[in-house]
Amino acid sequence: MSGEKKRIIKLVLALVLLVAGALLQDVVIKPVSVAIFIAALAFAGLDIILRAVRNIANGQVFDENFLMSIATIGAFAIGEYPEGVAVMLFYQVGELFQNRAVNKSRKSIADLMDIRPDYANVYKDGVIEKADPYDVAVGDLIVVNPGEKVPLDAVVEEGVSTLDTSALTGESMPRNASPGDVILSGCININGRLVAKTLKEFGESTASKILDLVENASSKKSNSENFITKFARYYTPSVVIVAALLAVIPPLLGAGAFSVWIYRALTFLVISCPCALVISVPLSFFGGIGAASKRGILIKGSNYLEALAKTEVVAMDKTGTLTKGVFNVQKTNPQGISDEELLRLAAYAESASSHPISISLKKAYGKPIDPARVSNITETAGQGVIADVDGVEVAAGNAKLIKSLGIDLPSEEVTGTLVHVVSDKKYRGSVLISDEIKADAKKAVADLKAVGIKTVMLTGDAKSIGEKVAAQLGVDEALSELLPDGKVEKVEELLRNKSASGKLAFVGDGINDAPVLARADIGIAMGGLGSDAAIEAADIVVMTDEPSKLPEAIKISKKTLEIVKQNIVFALGVKLFVLVLGALGYAPMWAAVFADVGVSVLAILNAMRVLNYKSANA
Amino acid sequence: MTKSFRLAGLCCANCASKIERAVSKVDGVSSASINFMTTKMIIEGEESKFSDIVKEAERIVKKIEPDVVLKRA
Repeated sequence: MSGEKKRIIKLVLALVLLVAGALLQDVVIKPVSVAIFIAALAFAGLDIILRAVRNIANGQVFDENFLMSIATIGAFAIGEYPEGVAVMLFYQVGELFQNRAVNKSRKSIADLMDIRPDYANVYKDGVIEKADPYDVAVGDLIVVNPGEKVPLDAVVEEGVSTLDTSALTGESMPRNASPGDVILSGCININGRLVAKTLKEFGESTASKILDLVENASSKKSNSENFITKFARYYTPSVVIVAALLAVIPPLLGAGAFSVWIYRALTFLVISCPCALVISVPLSFFGGIGAASKRGILIKGSNYLEALAKTEVVAMDKTGTLTKGVFNVQKTNPQGISDEELLRLAAYAESASSHPISISLKKAYGKPIDPARVSNITETAGQGVIADVDGVEVAAGNAKLIKSLGIDLPSEEVTGTLVHVVSDKKYRGSVLISDEIKADAKKAVADLKAVGIKTVMLTGDAKSIGEKVAAQLGVDEALSELLPDGKVEKVEELLRNKSASGKLAFVGDGINDAPVLARADIGIAMGGLGSDAAIEAADIVVMTDEPSKLPEAIKISKKTLEIVKQNIVFALGVKLFVLVLGALGYAPMWAAVFADVGVSVLAILNAMRVLNYKSANA
Repeated sequence: MTKSFRLAGLCCANCASKIERAVSKVDGVSSASINFMTTKMIIEGEESKFSDIVKEAERIVKKIEPDVVLKRA
């Protein structure tokens, strides 16, 4: 801060001298007033001039310091002393504001990503010691007190507590932690004291991974950023060349005195730095990525954030994305036996299988199963199981399996999977098992459609199930009975059929659908918290299981691009306007300084609006 | 291999992009990027040449922005 204070004092002195010089200009002899102006300039911009000299010695010619120095020295050379001092003074004040704005945004970004733990309490030989999280090894015991951040990913050994995961997921609902549960770094321990054994090193822990991802996201640049970089490279030299021509050619052609045209040329030099754009465009993208990460949406590159705004088609996997991916017994339909007996037969027959359907049957039965009572198990993939339970042959499976046993079944239309049970060659009824649609899935689909995005659901399930779920959710198109390869094919077909500029996003769980994620323009994985595979495979990771994060991400992306566009149009517009006015002789130098640093400050402030993005339904 | 650095004292965005451009042209560097907001520079390059790359990057930083110090992060 003291550096800034010194600068302010210097600038105030320069201002006093400038005013004094201007008042005395007509009273004292010229050398005296010039000396006062030179002193004022020294206070206002000696550091800038010295820096310019040093940079020229280093072979860096066209930098801001040089251009400002030339502009003021030029003004002095043509006798515009107060103007020269004023330009430097104004520029310095602008820089001061700009630094403040940059520091403020740096701080907001740091706050936004305040998930990095500062220390870990390591428990060793009965003593608790504070340590740098970097120095904690895998398998060490750590103690997390209430109010502290979990420093490393760990598994709870002792204690019960609730954790605030909002910094990672954007979700305000706390999670419970008790022995055996995995706790992730970056979460905040709310009430109980936990003792936990670390699972990963600090660098591999969730908080570090997320931070790395967000901080490195800017290395994948968007088209707008590439455009600005290219533009900046040509802008400064072009303006300087035009300025040089402006200073020389019109006076040679007899269009006025050299001093008039040199003044106009100097105005050009002041506007020749593209800083406003170079700062604000990447800042907007970074702000958008930061705002998204605050809501539990990790975007791995500015390019993906940009692409998201152009999403035309969203293809979603059904199971695990739109539905919970957890199968539950919804209904039992016993024939001549009790509900419990039907479930018992099914659960026993399927007892050896780890298929999600079998698991849901065992869960619904709810009693321990004695494996010794089951023998002769034959599992037919995609059909079901036939086994001897207490010496009686029991078959549990789909209609195909039952028909293969020579038993006829009435055909039935249901949403879900029917498990038919046959024991001792007699039909005993069926159990309906189905997946549950996520609470916010319907709204997510509606929100996507509201912004004109085509929604497609992909599933490996039977057509009847796929279409029913699709109808419930209101998706535009449902593609069913797809094998994993089939999903890639369908996504490729969708890619061919969309418009050239529109983007296709695919949303899946990130575990089984890596090839599809890679094939889509934007691969989005859901439920990323704690799943390294999903974070690895996707371009965008939604930390929670909520499909409603999808329209939210698209909104943030659109907002970001809107601000980027505003800044580009505003900065270029003002610069061009002042350049034209300057060439015609209507723009004084202070206006040019405004077009330079003033525009930068405004553009930075505008870019910061992305960070404060509030979701519409929050 | 990829390494990240901090550019302490970085306050000019245009200089940052100049540094970025110059470092990415250094022999053995496959990509270099600077995040002006976090003042982080990430260099990706050949492992065998990395110590030379870092030296060259330090020289470039000194040349373009003498007030900025390259630190390992």
